[in-house]
Amino acid sequence: MNKQRRLILKTLMQGGMALGALMAAPGAALAAWMESAFKAKDMGEAMKNLLGSANAQDSDKVRLETPAIAENGAVVPIKVSSSLPNVESISIFVKNNPTPLAASFEIPEGTEPKVSVRIRMGKTSPVTAVVKAGGKLYSTTKETKVTIGGCGG
Amino acid sequence: MNKQLVKTLLTTVAIMLALSSVAQASPEEDRQAFVKFFHDRFPNVKGDDWINGVYAIDSASRAQWEEIEDFPPYEIYVDEGKKLFETKFANGKSLADCFENGGIGIKQNYPYFDTKRGEVVTLELAINECREKNGEKPWGWKKGKLAAVSAYMAWTSRGKKTNVKIPNDPRALAAYEAGKKHFYSRRGQLNMACAHCHMHYSGNKLRADITSPALGHTTHFPVFRSKWGSLGTLHRRFGGCNKQVRAKPFKAQSEEYRNLEYFLTYMNNGLPINGPGARK
Amino acid sequence: MSMKIKAKASGGVVKAKMMIKHPMHTGMVKDKKTGKKIPAKFIQEVVVTANGKKVFVANLNTSISKDPFLSFEFKGKAGDKLEVTWKDNTGATGKGETVVK
Repeated sequence: MNKQRRLILKTLMQGGMALGALMAAPGAALAAWMESAFKAKDMGEAMKNLLGSANAQDSDKVRLETPAIAENGAVVPIKVSSSLPNVESISIFVKNNPTPLAASFEIPEGTEPKVSVRIRMGKTSPVTAVVKAGGKLYSTTKETKVTIGGCGG
Repeated sequence: MNKQLVKTLLTTVAIMLALSSVAQASPEEDRQAFVKFFHDRFPNVKGDDWINGVYAIDSASRAQWEEIEDFPPYEIYVDEGKKLFETKFANGKSLADCFENGGIGIKQNYPYFDTKRGEVVTLELAINECREKNGEKPWGWKKGKLAAVSAYMAWTSRGKKTNVKIPNDPRALAAYEAGKKHFYSRRGQLNMACAHCHMHYSGNKLRADITSPALGHTTHFPVFRSKWGSLGTLHRRFGGCNKQVRAKPFKAQSEEYRNLEYFLTYMNNGLPINGPGARK
Repeated sequence: MSMKIKAKASGGVVKAKMMIKHPMHTGMVKDKKTGKKIPAKFIQEVVVTANGKKVFVANLNTSISKDPFLSFEFKGKAGDKLEVTWKDNTGATGKGETVVK
Protein backbone atom coordinates (compact mmCIF):
# COMPACT_ATOMS: atom_id res chain seq x y z
CA MET A 1 0.00 0.00 0.00
CA ASN A 2 2.64 2.39 1.19
CA LYS A 3 4.88 1.50 -1.69
CA GLN A 4 2.12 2.16 -4.16
CA ARG A 5 1.31 5.46 -2.53
CA ARG A 6 4.91 6.50 -2.75
CA LEU A 7 4.95 5.55 -6.40
CA ILE A 8 1.87 7.64 -7.05
CA LEU A 9 3.37 10.56 -5.21
CA LYS A 10 6.61 10.17 -7.13
CA THR A 11 4.77 10.07 -10.43
CA LEU A 12 2.75 13.13 -9.50
CA MET A 13 5.86 14.99 -8.52
CA GLN A 14 7.65 14.09 -11.71
CA GLY A 15 4.63 15.20 -13.68
CA GLY A 16 4.57 18.45 -11.76
CA MET A 17 8.25 18.99 -12.38
CA ALA A 18 7.85 18.34 -16.08
CA LEU A 19 4.95 20.79 -16.18
CA GLY A 20 7.04 23.30 -14.29
CA ALA A 21 9.89 22.86 -16.75
CA LEU A 22 7.54 23.45 -19.64
CA MET A 23 6.11 26.56 -18.08
CA ALA A 24 9.53 27.87 -17.24
CA ALA A 25 10.82 27.26 -20.77
CA PRO A 26 12.36 30.38 -22.21
CA GLY A 27 10.71 32.24 -25.04
CA ALA A 28 7.06 32.09 -25.83
CA ALA A 29 4.87 29.69 -23.90
CA LEU A 30 4.09 26.44 -25.66
CA ALA A 31 2.11 27.63 -28.64
CA ALA A 32 -0.98 25.52 -28.75
CA TRP A 33 -2.25 24.39 -32.14
CA MET A 34 -3.69 27.63 -33.44
CA GLU A 35 -6.96 26.74 -35.07
CA SER A 36 -7.56 30.19 -36.58
CA ALA A 37 -4.29 29.89 -38.50
CA PHE A 38 -4.45 26.23 -39.50
CA LYS A 39 -8.07 26.42 -40.68
CA ALA A 40 -7.70 29.72 -42.56
CA LYS A 41 -8.36 29.33 -46.30
CA ASP A 42 -6.42 32.42 -47.25
CA MET A 43 -2.66 32.48 -46.91
CA GLY A 44 -2.47 36.08 -45.70
CA GLU A 45 -5.06 35.39 -43.04
CA ALA A 46 -3.25 32.22 -41.95
CA MET A 47 0.02 34.11 -41.67
CA LYS A 48 -1.54 37.01 -39.79
CA ASN A 49 -3.26 34.70 -37.32
CA LEU A 50 -0.15 32.62 -36.75
CA LEU A 51 2.61 35.19 -36.79
CA GLY A 52 0.84 38.49 -36.24
CA SER A 53 1.50 39.84 -39.70
CA ALA A 54 0.96 38.82 -43.30
CA ASN A 55 4.10 40.63 -44.39
CA ALA A 56 7.50 39.01 -44.37
CA GLN A 57 10.68 40.37 -45.82
CA ASP A 58 12.01 38.36 -48.73
CA SER A 59 15.41 37.08 -47.62
CA ASP A 60 18.14 34.91 -49.09
CA LYS A 61 18.96 33.96 -45.51
CA VAL A 62 15.93 31.69 -45.62
CA ARG A 63 16.85 28.63 -47.61
CA LEU A 64 13.99 26.60 -49.02
CA GLU A 65 14.51 23.32 -50.87
CA THR A 66 11.53 22.05 -52.80
CA PRO A 67 11.26 19.97 -55.95
CA ALA A 68 10.53 21.99 -59.11
CA ILE A 69 8.17 19.22 -60.21
CA ALA A 70 6.75 17.02 -57.48
CA GLU A 71 6.99 13.31 -58.23
CA ASN A 72 3.75 12.82 -56.36
CA GLY A 73 1.70 15.57 -54.73
CA ALA A 74 0.95 13.23 -51.82
CA VAL A 75 4.57 13.27 -50.68
CA VAL A 76 6.54 16.43 -51.42
CA PRO A 77 9.81 16.69 -49.52
CA ILE A 78 10.49 20.18 -48.11
CA LYS A 79 13.61 21.41 -46.35
CA VAL A 80 13.98 24.80 -44.69
CA SER A 81 17.06 26.24 -43.05
CA SER A 82 18.24 29.72 -42.16
CA SER A 83 21.46 31.56 -41.44
CA LEU A 84 19.61 34.23 -39.45
CA PRO A 85 20.40 34.58 -35.74
CA ASN A 86 17.80 34.04 -33.00
CA VAL A 87 15.33 32.03 -35.05
CA GLU A 88 12.16 31.41 -33.04
CA SER A 89 10.02 29.56 -35.54
CA ILE A 90 9.82 28.21 -39.08
CA SER A 91 6.48 27.96 -40.89
CA ILE A 92 5.55 26.49 -44.25
CA PHE A 93 2.70 27.77 -46.40
CA VAL A 94 1.31 26.28 -49.61
CA LYS A 95 -0.73 29.06 -51.18
CA ASN A 96 -3.00 26.90 -53.31
CA ASN A 97 -3.79 24.22 -50.76
CA PRO A 98 -7.32 24.35 -49.26
CA THR A 99 -5.69 25.42 -45.97
CA PRO A 100 -2.36 27.05 -46.84
CA LEU A 101 -0.57 26.66 -43.51
CA ALA A 102 1.04 23.21 -43.61
CA ALA A 103 3.28 23.26 -40.57
CA SER A 104 4.84 25.54 -38.02
CA PHE A 105 7.93 24.56 -36.04
CA GLU A 106 9.12 26.07 -32.80
CA ILE A 107 12.90 26.38 -32.64
CA PRO A 108 13.96 26.64 -28.97
CA GLU A 109 17.41 27.95 -28.09
CA GLY A 110 20.00 25.30 -28.83
CA THR A 111 18.04 23.91 -31.77
CA GLU A 112 19.31 24.64 -35.27
CA PRO A 113 17.01 26.46 -37.69
CA LYS A 114 16.95 23.48 -40.01
CA VAL A 115 13.92 21.25 -40.56
CA SER A 116 12.61 18.72 -43.09
CA VAL A 117 9.07 17.52 -43.57
CA ARG A 118 6.98 15.86 -46.29
CA ILE A 119 3.76 17.53 -47.30
CA ARG A 120 0.72 17.14 -49.54
CA MET A 121 0.06 19.49 -52.43
CA GLY A 122 -3.26 19.39 -54.24
CA LYS A 123 -2.01 21.35 -57.24
CA THR A 124 0.82 23.51 -58.53
CA SER A 125 1.52 26.24 -56.02
CA PRO A 126 4.06 28.61 -54.58
CA VAL A 127 5.56 27.21 -51.38
CA THR A 128 6.66 29.81 -48.83
CA ALA A 129 8.91 29.32 -45.84
CA VAL A 130 8.56 32.02 -43.19
CA VAL A 131 11.20 32.35 -40.52
CA LYS A 132 10.59 34.40 -37.40
CA ALA A 133 13.88 35.67 -36.05
CA GLY A 134 14.43 38.40 -33.47
CA GLY A 135 10.71 39.18 -33.63
CA LYS A 136 10.78 39.85 -37.39
CA LEU A 137 9.51 37.80 -40.32
CA TYR A 138 11.63 36.71 -43.29
CA SER A 139 10.62 34.51 -46.18
CA THR A 140 11.53 32.68 -49.36
CA THR A 141 9.07 31.41 -51.95
CA LYS A 142 9.48 28.77 -54.66
CA GLU A 143 7.02 27.21 -57.01
CA THR A 144 6.44 23.47 -57.08
CA LYS A 145 4.56 21.96 -59.99
CA VAL A 146 2.18 19.11 -59.32
CA THR A 147 1.28 16.98 -62.34
CA ILE A 148 -1.18 14.22 -62.93
CA GLY A 149 0.85 11.16 -63.69
CA GLY A 150 0.26 8.50 -66.30
CA CYS A 151 0.94 5.53 -64.06
CA GLY A 152 2.02 7.19 -60.85
CA GLY A 153 -0.66 9.82 -60.43
CA MET B 1 14.82 -10.03 -112.78
CA ASN B 2 15.65 -13.54 -111.77
CA LYS B 3 18.51 -12.32 -109.67
CA GLN B 4 16.15 -10.01 -107.80
CA LEU B 5 13.76 -12.86 -107.13
CA VAL B 6 16.51 -15.08 -105.79
CA LYS B 7 17.70 -12.27 -103.56
CA THR B 8 14.21 -11.71 -102.19
CA LEU B 9 13.77 -15.41 -101.59
CA LEU B 10 17.09 -15.67 -99.85
CA THR B 11 16.27 -12.70 -97.63
CA THR B 12 12.93 -14.26 -96.74
CA VAL B 13 14.60 -17.52 -95.83
CA ALA B 14 17.17 -15.68 -93.76
CA ILE B 15 14.45 -13.79 -91.89
CA MET B 16 12.52 -17.00 -91.29
CA LEU B 17 15.64 -18.65 -89.94
CA ALA B 18 16.32 -15.70 -87.72
CA LEU B 19 12.76 -15.75 -86.43
CA SER B 20 12.84 -19.46 -85.73
CA SER B 21 16.10 -19.08 -83.87
CA VAL B 22 14.44 -16.35 -81.74
CA ALA B 23 11.57 -18.69 -80.94
CA GLN B 24 14.01 -21.37 -79.91
CA ALA B 25 16.28 -19.11 -77.90
CA SER B 26 17.15 -20.48 -74.50
CA PRO B 27 16.16 -18.46 -71.43
CA GLU B 28 19.79 -17.50 -70.99
CA GLU B 29 20.02 -16.22 -74.56
CA ASP B 30 16.78 -14.31 -73.94
CA ARG B 31 18.26 -12.77 -70.83
CA GLN B 32 21.43 -11.70 -72.56
CA ALA B 33 19.46 -10.09 -75.38
CA PHE B 34 17.17 -8.43 -72.83
CA VAL B 35 20.10 -6.98 -70.90
CA LYS B 36 21.81 -5.87 -74.10
CA PHE B 37 18.67 -4.09 -75.22
CA PHE B 38 18.65 -1.91 -72.11
CA HIS B 39 22.40 -1.37 -72.08
CA ASP B 40 22.19 -0.13 -75.66
CA ARG B 41 19.15 2.02 -74.94
CA PHE B 42 20.52 3.60 -71.77
CA PRO B 43 24.31 3.62 -72.10
CA ASN B 44 24.68 6.01 -69.16
CA VAL B 45 23.28 3.66 -66.55
CA LYS B 46 26.19 2.36 -64.52
CA GLY B 47 26.64 -1.05 -62.96
CA ASP B 48 23.65 -2.38 -61.11
CA ASP B 49 21.81 0.94 -60.99
CA TRP B 50 19.00 -0.74 -62.97
CA ILE B 51 17.64 -1.92 -59.65
CA ASN B 52 16.56 1.67 -58.96
CA GLY B 53 14.06 1.67 -61.80
CA VAL B 54 13.15 5.02 -63.29
CA TYR B 55 15.57 6.75 -60.90
CA ALA B 56 18.43 5.18 -62.84
CA ILE B 57 17.44 7.23 -65.90
CA ASP B 58 15.83 10.41 -64.54
CA SER B 59 17.95 12.65 -62.34
CA ALA B 60 15.16 15.06 -61.34
CA SER B 61 12.97 12.37 -59.82
CA ARG B 62 16.06 10.66 -58.44
CA ALA B 63 16.82 13.66 -56.25
CA GLN B 64 13.37 13.48 -54.63
CA TRP B 65 13.64 9.74 -54.26
CA GLU B 66 17.00 10.08 -52.50
CA GLU B 67 15.40 12.62 -50.18
CA ILE B 68 12.64 10.10 -49.42
CA GLU B 69 15.18 7.29 -48.98
CA ASP B 70 16.81 9.40 -46.25
CA PHE B 71 14.00 8.00 -44.10
CA PRO B 72 12.04 5.66 -46.33
CA PRO B 73 8.32 5.17 -45.76
CA TYR B 74 8.67 1.37 -45.74
CA GLU B 75 10.90 1.19 -42.67
CA ILE B 76 8.13 1.13 -40.09
CA TYR B 77 6.49 -1.64 -42.14
CA VAL B 78 9.70 -3.66 -42.33
CA ASP B 79 9.72 -3.51 -38.52
CA GLU B 80 6.10 -4.69 -38.48
CA GLY B 81 6.96 -7.44 -40.93
CA LYS B 82 9.79 -8.60 -38.70
CA LYS B 83 7.42 -8.81 -35.73
CA LEU B 84 4.88 -10.76 -37.77
CA PHE B 85 7.61 -13.02 -39.10
CA GLU B 86 8.77 -13.83 -35.60
CA THR B 87 5.29 -14.26 -34.11
CA LYS B 88 4.62 -17.88 -33.32
CA PHE B 89 1.63 -19.71 -34.79
CA ALA B 90 -0.93 -21.26 -32.42
CA ASN B 91 0.93 -24.57 -32.82
CA GLY B 92 4.19 -23.04 -31.59
CA LYS B 93 5.89 -23.02 -34.97
CA SER B 94 6.61 -19.90 -36.99
CA LEU B 95 7.28 -18.80 -40.56
CA ALA B 96 10.99 -19.42 -40.10
CA ASP B 97 10.29 -23.16 -39.85
CA CYS B 98 9.00 -23.30 -43.42
CA PHE B 99 12.03 -21.77 -45.10
CA GLU B 100 15.59 -22.56 -45.86
CA ASN B 101 17.99 -20.71 -43.52
CA GLY B 102 15.04 -19.78 -41.31
CA GLY B 103 13.74 -17.49 -44.05
CA ILE B 104 16.62 -15.02 -43.72
CA GLY B 105 18.41 -13.85 -46.88
CA ILE B 106 16.59 -16.12 -49.32
CA LYS B 107 14.47 -13.76 -51.45
CA GLN B 108 16.98 -13.92 -54.33
CA ASN B 109 16.00 -17.56 -54.95
CA TYR B 110 12.34 -16.71 -55.55
CA PRO B 111 10.30 -17.46 -57.51
CA TYR B 112 11.38 -21.02 -58.11
CA PHE B 113 9.90 -23.86 -60.12
CA ASP B 114 8.75 -26.68 -57.88
CA THR B 115 9.33 -29.83 -59.90
CA LYS B 116 7.16 -31.92 -57.58
CA ARG B 117 4.16 -29.66 -57.95
CA GLY B 118 4.95 -28.68 -61.49
CA GLU B 119 4.40 -24.96 -60.91
CA VAL B 120 6.06 -21.68 -60.01
CA VAL B 121 6.22 -20.84 -56.30
CA THR B 122 6.62 -17.20 -55.36
CA LEU B 123 7.76 -15.97 -51.96
CA GLU B 124 4.28 -14.65 -51.14
CA LEU B 125 2.70 -17.97 -52.09
CA ALA B 126 5.19 -19.82 -49.90
CA ILE B 127 4.46 -17.50 -46.94
CA ASN B 128 0.71 -18.04 -47.10
CA GLU B 129 1.06 -21.78 -47.72
CA CYS B 130 3.24 -21.96 -44.64
CA ARG B 131 0.52 -20.26 -42.62
CA GLU B 132 -2.17 -22.58 -43.91
CA LYS B 133 -0.06 -25.67 -43.33
CA ASN B 134 0.22 -24.61 -39.71
CA GLY B 135 -3.48 -24.03 -39.25
CA GLU B 136 -3.41 -20.24 -39.71
CA LYS B 137 -5.55 -18.21 -42.07
CA PRO B 138 -3.79 -16.92 -45.18
CA TRP B 139 -3.29 -13.16 -45.51
CA GLY B 140 -4.54 -10.98 -48.37
CA TRP B 141 -2.21 -11.21 -51.36
CA LYS B 142 -1.60 -7.63 -52.36
CA LYS B 143 -0.86 -5.51 -49.29
CA GLY B 144 -0.96 -5.40 -45.50
CA LYS B 145 0.61 -8.16 -43.45
CA LEU B 146 1.77 -10.34 -46.32
CA ALA B 147 3.45 -7.39 -48.01
CA ALA B 148 5.06 -6.40 -44.70
CA VAL B 149 6.49 -9.88 -44.12
CA SER B 150 7.64 -10.07 -47.74
CA ALA B 151 9.29 -6.65 -47.29
CA TYR B 152 11.11 -7.86 -44.19
CA MET B 153 12.32 -10.98 -46.01
CA ALA B 154 13.51 -8.85 -48.93
CA TRP B 155 15.25 -6.54 -46.46
CA THR B 156 17.23 -9.47 -45.05
CA SER B 157 18.22 -10.40 -48.61
CA ARG B 158 19.49 -6.99 -49.71
CA GLY B 159 22.64 -7.21 -51.78
CA LYS B 160 22.17 -10.86 -52.69
CA LYS B 161 22.12 -11.48 -56.40
CA THR B 162 18.91 -12.59 -58.06
CA ASN B 163 19.33 -16.28 -58.78
CA VAL B 164 16.27 -17.75 -60.46
CA LYS B 165 16.75 -21.20 -61.94
CA ILE B 166 14.93 -22.98 -64.69
CA PRO B 167 15.32 -26.68 -63.96
CA ASN B 168 15.59 -29.23 -66.71
CA ASP B 169 11.87 -29.91 -66.81
CA PRO B 170 9.70 -29.11 -69.83
CA ARG B 171 7.02 -27.74 -67.50
CA ALA B 172 9.48 -25.21 -66.07
CA LEU B 173 10.40 -24.03 -69.53
CA ALA B 174 6.70 -23.87 -70.42
CA ALA B 175 6.04 -21.69 -67.36
CA TYR B 176 8.89 -19.41 -68.37
CA GLU B 177 7.60 -19.21 -71.96
CA ALA B 178 4.08 -18.43 -70.70
CA GLY B 179 5.46 -15.53 -68.65
CA LYS B 180 7.45 -14.30 -71.60
CA LYS B 181 4.36 -14.47 -73.77
CA HIS B 182 2.43 -12.35 -71.27
CA PHE B 183 5.18 -9.75 -71.29
CA TYR B 184 5.21 -9.39 -75.07
CA SER B 185 1.47 -9.79 -75.78
CA ARG B 186 -0.78 -6.86 -76.53
CA ARG B 187 -3.81 -6.62 -74.28
CA GLY B 188 -6.57 -4.32 -73.14
CA GLN B 189 -8.41 -1.54 -74.94
CA LEU B 190 -5.14 0.32 -75.39
CA ASN B 191 -3.77 -2.81 -77.05
CA MET B 192 -0.38 -2.53 -75.40
CA ALA B 193 2.03 -5.09 -74.03
CA CYS B 194 4.22 -4.76 -70.95
CA ALA B 195 7.10 -4.56 -73.41
CA HIS B 196 5.70 -1.44 -75.07
CA CYS B 197 5.99 0.80 -72.01
CA HIS B 198 8.87 -0.90 -70.28
CA MET B 199 11.12 -1.83 -73.21
CA HIS B 200 10.43 -0.06 -76.48
CA TYR B 201 9.13 3.23 -75.02
CA SER B 202 11.01 3.02 -71.74
CA GLY B 203 12.47 6.36 -70.80
CA ASN B 204 9.78 8.21 -72.75
CA LYS B 205 7.02 10.24 -71.21
CA LEU B 206 3.63 8.74 -70.59
CA ARG B 207 1.67 11.87 -69.76
CA ALA B 208 3.75 13.26 -66.89
CA ASP B 209 5.51 10.01 -66.07
CA ILE B 210 8.67 8.49 -67.45
CA THR B 211 8.30 4.79 -68.02
CA SER B 212 10.90 2.69 -66.27
CA PRO B 213 13.13 0.09 -67.91
CA ALA B 214 11.97 -3.48 -67.22
CA LEU B 215 15.53 -4.51 -66.39
CA GLY B 216 15.68 -4.36 -62.59
CA HIS B 217 11.92 -4.27 -62.12
CA THR B 218 11.63 -7.19 -59.74
CA THR B 219 14.57 -6.47 -57.43
CA HIS B 220 12.93 -3.75 -55.34
CA PHE B 221 9.56 -5.32 -54.58
CA PRO B 222 7.51 -5.15 -52.52
CA VAL B 223 7.32 -1.37 -52.86
CA PHE B 224 5.83 1.45 -50.87
CA ARG B 225 4.15 3.60 -53.49
CA SER B 226 3.17 7.15 -52.63
CA LYS B 227 0.16 6.61 -54.87
CA TRP B 228 -0.97 3.68 -52.74
CA GLY B 229 0.15 5.16 -49.45
CA SER B 230 1.06 1.61 -48.51
CA LEU B 231 3.23 -1.35 -49.32
CA GLY B 232 2.21 -3.54 -52.22
CA THR B 233 3.41 -6.77 -53.74
CA LEU B 234 4.65 -7.29 -57.29
CA HIS B 235 1.33 -8.84 -58.26
CA ARG B 236 -0.53 -5.80 -57.00
CA ARG B 237 1.58 -3.77 -59.42
CA PHE B 238 1.01 -6.26 -62.26
CA GLY B 239 -2.73 -5.79 -61.74
CA GLY B 240 -2.31 -2.02 -61.84
CA CYS B 241 -0.29 -2.18 -65.06
CA ASN B 242 -2.87 -4.40 -66.73
CA LYS B 243 -5.64 -2.03 -65.66
CA GLN B 244 -3.73 0.95 -67.03
CA VAL B 245 -3.89 -0.51 -70.52
CA ARG B 246 -7.60 -1.09 -69.82
CA ALA B 247 -7.26 -4.85 -69.56
CA LYS B 248 -8.93 -7.00 -66.97
CA PRO B 249 -6.21 -7.86 -64.47
CA PHE B 250 -5.51 -11.42 -63.44
CA LYS B 251 -5.74 -12.37 -59.79
CA ALA B 252 -2.68 -11.96 -57.59
CA GLN B 253 -0.84 -15.29 -57.40
CA SER B 254 -2.75 -16.62 -60.40
CA GLU B 255 -0.72 -18.96 -62.57
CA GLU B 256 -0.53 -16.19 -65.21
CA TYR B 257 1.16 -13.71 -62.83
CA ARG B 258 3.39 -16.30 -61.21
CA ASN B 259 4.68 -17.23 -64.65
CA LEU B 260 5.17 -13.56 -65.50
CA GLU B 261 7.12 -13.08 -62.28
CA TYR B 262 9.19 -16.14 -63.17
CA PHE B 263 10.12 -14.72 -66.57
CA LEU B 264 10.75 -11.17 -65.36
CA THR B 265 12.82 -12.22 -62.37
CA TYR B 266 14.86 -14.53 -64.56
CA MET B 267 15.62 -11.53 -66.78
CA ASN B 268 17.05 -9.85 -63.64
CA ASN B 269 19.35 -12.69 -62.73
CA GLY B 270 22.60 -11.37 -61.31
CA LEU B 271 21.11 -8.05 -60.15
CA PRO B 272 21.12 -7.54 -56.38
CA ILE B 273 17.95 -7.56 -54.30
CA ASN B 274 17.23 -4.05 -52.96
CA GLY B 275 13.65 -4.45 -51.78
CA PRO B 276 11.60 -3.08 -50.32
CA GLY B 277 11.63 0.07 -52.40
CA ALA B 278 9.96 3.48 -52.34
CA ARG B 279 8.25 4.66 -55.48
CA LYS B 280 6.10 7.62 -56.44
CA MET C 1 0.67 3.21 -33.31
CA SER C 2 4.26 2.78 -33.97
CA MET C 3 6.98 5.33 -34.39
CA LYS C 4 10.58 5.13 -35.48
CA ILE C 5 13.19 7.62 -34.29
CA LYS C 6 16.80 7.88 -35.40
CA ALA C 7 19.19 10.26 -33.68
CA LYS C 8 22.90 10.54 -34.26
CA ALA C 9 25.42 12.94 -32.72
CA SER C 10 28.32 14.43 -34.62
CA GLY C 11 30.44 17.43 -33.64
CA GLY C 12 28.14 18.53 -30.84
CA VAL C 13 25.03 18.44 -33.03
CA VAL C 14 22.36 15.76 -32.97
CA LYS C 15 20.52 15.02 -36.17
CA ALA C 16 17.10 13.61 -35.28
CA LYS C 17 14.71 12.03 -37.76
CA MET C 18 11.41 10.38 -37.08
CA MET C 19 8.44 8.79 -38.73
CA ILE C 20 5.14 8.33 -36.95
CA LYS C 21 2.64 5.80 -38.24
CA HIS C 22 -0.57 7.77 -38.62
CA PRO C 23 -3.22 7.92 -41.40
CA MET C 24 -3.38 11.76 -41.46
CA HIS C 25 -6.95 11.78 -42.77
CA THR C 26 -7.76 15.20 -44.13
CA GLY C 27 -11.53 14.88 -43.70
CA MET C 28 -11.97 15.67 -47.40
CA VAL C 29 -11.49 12.21 -48.87
CA LYS C 30 -14.37 9.81 -49.48
CA ASP C 31 -14.23 6.16 -48.59
CA LYS C 32 -14.33 4.34 -51.94
CA LYS C 33 -16.55 1.59 -50.57
CA THR C 34 -19.11 3.53 -48.54
CA GLY C 35 -19.01 6.83 -50.44
CA LYS C 36 -18.92 8.65 -47.10
CA LYS C 37 -16.26 11.12 -46.13
CA ILE C 38 -13.56 9.73 -43.86
CA PRO C 39 -13.54 12.00 -40.81
CA ALA C 40 -10.45 14.11 -40.23
CA LYS C 41 -7.83 12.44 -38.07
CA PHE C 42 -4.45 14.09 -38.12
CA ILE C 43 -1.57 14.84 -35.80
CA GLN C 44 -1.65 18.45 -34.64
CA GLU C 45 1.32 18.58 -32.35
CA VAL C 46 4.62 16.78 -31.89
CA VAL C 47 6.87 17.68 -28.96
CA VAL C 48 10.42 16.43 -28.63
CA THR C 49 12.49 16.67 -25.46
CA ALA C 50 16.14 15.79 -24.89
CA ASN C 51 16.90 14.80 -21.28
CA GLY C 52 13.62 16.45 -20.34
CA LYS C 53 14.35 19.76 -22.09
CA LYS C 54 12.14 20.80 -24.98
CA VAL C 55 14.15 20.85 -28.21
CA PHE C 56 11.49 20.87 -30.91
CA VAL C 57 7.79 21.45 -31.37
CA ALA C 58 5.93 20.82 -34.63
CA ASN C 59 2.40 22.05 -35.19
CA LEU C 60 0.95 20.24 -38.17
CA ASN C 61 -2.03 20.51 -40.49
CA THR C 62 -3.95 17.99 -42.59
CA SER C 63 -1.57 18.72 -45.47
CA ILE C 64 1.25 16.72 -43.89
CA SER C 65 1.77 13.40 -45.68
CA LYS C 66 0.53 10.12 -44.24
CA ASP C 67 2.98 8.64 -41.68
CA PRO C 68 4.51 12.07 -40.93
CA PHE C 69 8.25 12.45 -41.32
CA LEU C 70 10.13 15.14 -39.42
CA SER C 71 13.78 15.93 -39.01
CA PHE C 72 15.62 18.61 -37.11
CA GLU C 73 18.99 19.28 -35.47
CA PHE C 74 19.91 20.43 -31.99
CA LYS C 75 22.96 20.86 -29.81
CA GLY C 76 23.47 17.60 -27.96
CA LYS C 77 25.55 14.47 -27.62
CA ALA C 78 25.49 10.70 -27.76
CA GLY C 79 23.62 9.23 -24.80
CA ASP C 80 21.03 12.03 -24.67
CA LYS C 81 17.57 10.63 -24.12
CA LEU C 82 15.04 11.78 -26.70
CA GLU C 83 11.32 11.59 -26.03
CA VAL C 84 8.70 12.24 -28.67
CA THR C 85 5.02 12.72 -27.90
CA TRP C 86 2.24 13.51 -30.33
CA LYS C 87 -1.40 14.41 -30.12
CA ASP C 88 -3.99 14.33 -32.88
CA ASN C 89 -7.25 16.22 -33.40
CA THR C 90 -9.30 13.39 -31.89
CA GLY C 91 -7.29 13.53 -28.67
CA ALA C 92 -5.35 10.35 -29.43
CA THR C 93 -1.73 10.45 -28.33
CA GLY C 94 1.43 8.51 -28.92
CA LYS C 95 4.91 8.32 -27.51
CA GLY C 96 8.33 7.12 -28.52
CA GLU C 97 11.84 7.37 -27.22
CA THR C 98 15.39 6.66 -28.17
CA VAL C 99 18.93 7.26 -27.00
CA VAL C 100 21.13 9.41 -29.21
CA LYS C 101 23.89 7.38 -30.87
